[in-house]
Amino acid sequence: MIIELGHFALILAFAIAIVQSTLPMIGAAQNRAALMAVAEPAAIAQFLLIGFSFAALTYGFVTSDFSVALVTANSHTLKPMLYKVAGVWGNHEGSLLLWALILSLFGASAAWFGGNLPPTLRARVLAVQGLIGVAFLAFMLFTSNPFLRLATPPLNGNDLNPLLQDPGLAFHPPFLYLGYVGLSMSFSFAVAALIEGRVDAAWARWVRPWTLAAWIFLTIGIAMGSWWAYYELGWGGFWFWDPVENASFMPWLISAALLHSAIVVEKREALKSWTILLAILAFGFSLIGTFIVRSGVITSVHAFANDPERGVFILMILGVFMGGALTLFTLRASKMEAKGVFSTVSRESALVANNLLLAVSCFVVFIGTIWPLVAELFFNRKLSVGVPFFNAAFTPFMVALALLLPIGSQLPWKRASGTRLLVPLKTGLILAVVSTALVFAMQTGHSALGPIGAGLGVWVVWGALADLWQRTGRDNISTRLSRLGRLPRADLGKATAHAGFGVTLFAVAAMNAWSIEDIRVLKLGESFQIGGYDVQLTDVKGVEGPNYQATVAEMRVTRAGALVTTQFPEKRFYPVQGMPTTEAAIHQSLTRDLYLVIGDPQKSGGWAVRAYVKPFADWIWAGALMMALGGLISLSDRRYRAAAGAKRSAAKGLPAE
Amino acid sequence: MKLRAALLIALLSAPPAWAVQPDEVLADPALEARARSISEGLRCLVCRNETIDDSDASLARDLRLLLRERLTAGDTDADAIAFIVDRYGEYVLLNPTANGVNLILWLAGPAMLIAGLATAALYLRRRRTSAAPDAPLSDSETKRLAEILEN
Repeated sequence: MIIELGHFALILAFAIAIVQSTLPMIGAAQNRAALMAVAEPAAIAQFLLIGFSFAALTYGFVTSDFSVALVTANSHTLKPMLYKVAGVWGNHEGSLLLWALILSLFGASAAWFGGNLPPTLRARVLAVQGLIGVAFLAFMLFTSNPFLRLATPPLNGNDLNPLLQDPGLAFHPPFLYLGYVGLSMSFSFAVAALIEGRVDAAWARWVRPWTLAAWIFLTIGIAMGSWWAYYELGWGGFWFWDPVENASFMPWLISAALLHSAIVVEKREALKSWTILLAILAFGFSLIGTFIVRSGVITSVHAFANDPERGVFILMILGVFMGGALTLFTLRASKMEAKGVFSTVSRESALVANNLLLAVSCFVVFIGTIWPLVAELFFNRKLSVGVPFFNAAFTPFMVALALLLPIGSQLPWKRASGTRLLVPLKTGLILAVVSTALVFAMQTGHSALGPIGAGLGVWVVWGALADLWQRTGRDNISTRLSRLGRLPRADLGKATAHAGFGVTLFAVAAMNAWSIEDIRVLKLGESFQIGGYDVQLTDVKGVEGPNYQATVAEMRVTRAGALVTTQFPEKRFYPVQGMPTTEAAIHQSLTRDLYLVIGDPQKSGGWAVRAYVKPFADWIWAGALMMALGGLISLSDRRYRAAAGAKRSAAKGLPAE
Repeated sequence: MKLRAALLIALLSAPPAWAVQPDEVLADPALEARARSISEGLRCLVCRNETIDDSDASLARDLRLLLRERLTAGDTDADAIAFIVDRYGEYVLLNPTANGVNLILWLAGPAMLIAGLATAALYLRRRRTSAAPDAPLSDSETKRLAEILEN
């Protein structure tokens, strides 16, 4: 019964989304307040209905209702409760429902927090948001219904893919979707602005927090996915340039560009049409990502739905929204008259360079991702594009970005003089060159990647700190320190995020350049050396988990005779799915991770063992979290809070208008 | 899902093995290092998107052994790769060749950058000179502005 109610709520939400996408749009065009006023209650109702529908599906999973086809296909009574709940979105239909739920959440948020928007803009934003809802709800109802029943329910389900039975599943997809779908707000604002024919500083101020929020979620989501892959897959890789990873990375790159260009619109009223284009493309890449994940046209390690019919449907959604928005853009972009004037050396130009590099790097990722498809369709060549290509073609853009960042972020708006600007950065430059040289000297015979990464990392982090320090003015140190805390949050956030970028850059280079690996057969009691550590295999025993059998090894790690840690890597076997997984044991520290994996027993006796020393591994994700934190600090800046305050007074002032 | 999920699904038929196994490793460390660096650029053909270096599939193991055989027999890196491409097609190469239509792939980024730079340069030139006069605020806008500033 509850399942049917959930299904019914979903259909009702679809009907409401149709209303939400049409009436307010007509109302805005004819300036009829009553029609425009439909938008907000509709958005909220849509959210509540999809929320109910989601709760109903969760109920099906939690109670292991195997009369629901989806539950049978993805759950099992023995599965731990966490994964019964998280398993709701560990499959195509359920994750799509989560998609729709988050989409409607953003729509409802725009209704709740959009009080200070001009009424026509608000109505149009909500209408476009509703239209996206229509498309995805239709997609779900017609091709991917999560509520289908089975005529003869089985006694038990097929269980969830063991690789997904990880706390990562509980958090990684929701964050990623908050990011993906959050970009729909930027898209809705862009399309609404095109229809209104007006883009100004106020518009940018409304759009930027939404983009920033989406970008923060995307950053966290991607970082969590990469961390998950790192510890779950058993060989310590953290980024594989897999099509599905690229699918999340492309919107991240474009939204990062959008964040920066929106600043130019907000502060200087320039780059308007470019910003609109980025807002459209950012969501476009979100849709392309959805297409890549769910159509199965591009081979990826992330198996999801490989259903051509669904692929065609998403392609249609993509075509309608991108085609429509871009057509609107070509018709209206010329109306977006830029106002700000600036010289070639200025903050504006630096942000143009930032946008250029981010956009082109995104394009490189895009073409690398779809090239196998293009080559097969049009040139009849079946080929692969993998890690070596992306490393070679993408990295130069990040290097250029990192080189320019500290300089550009300190340039004054409008016009700058080259000499004054370099003074605070001189020390940073010297530091960066010195650390490059130092690292190079320390590791003769290795690739140049490590030194360059180290140098760039230091350069970017120093640049971020120097930028903050500059902002405290010219006084004695204690006055300047006390001013540091009172700087606008936007400045603090900017420095944090930029420093985070530097940290990640450094860590990625360090991990690629200096990882050590050891593969060998180890008998009980034997030990081996890796990176100055002695690893001894002291015990291996079988352990029974709730829905798996595990082989747990005990490894004693010593350094110069002193015990560092005892680790317990596991190898699990999930009988229902007949799949093994590796649970690596990772000993973390500030400068390195010690990564231990136990493998199969060998015919000759003993076990296969893999060990890695991964230098600065955790800094990769620490840097990503710093970026997200920087975004969060920036989001709490006074100007956005002030705008939220203005909402209340505007609400009071409305009747007078 | 959005992780390396289901990666083993394709391998269910194969016995659960592992990426590079201890018994595959060559005695000569220099030769082994070459084998590793080559195998990081070769795709496991039955897997979804993995190198033979990372893959657990038995085919990947066969390829790793074949590669080591060729290297031990005295092949250069290029010879060994050519031998494998000859057998399995260019699909096996994770680093696409830079010839024929693949030039489009390799040159797309740089070309886009140059085009972007040119557009940006034009834009910056225009920004330096032209200035559209600001439209005066309408009455309601002035009022809103005053309200916002009061806060």
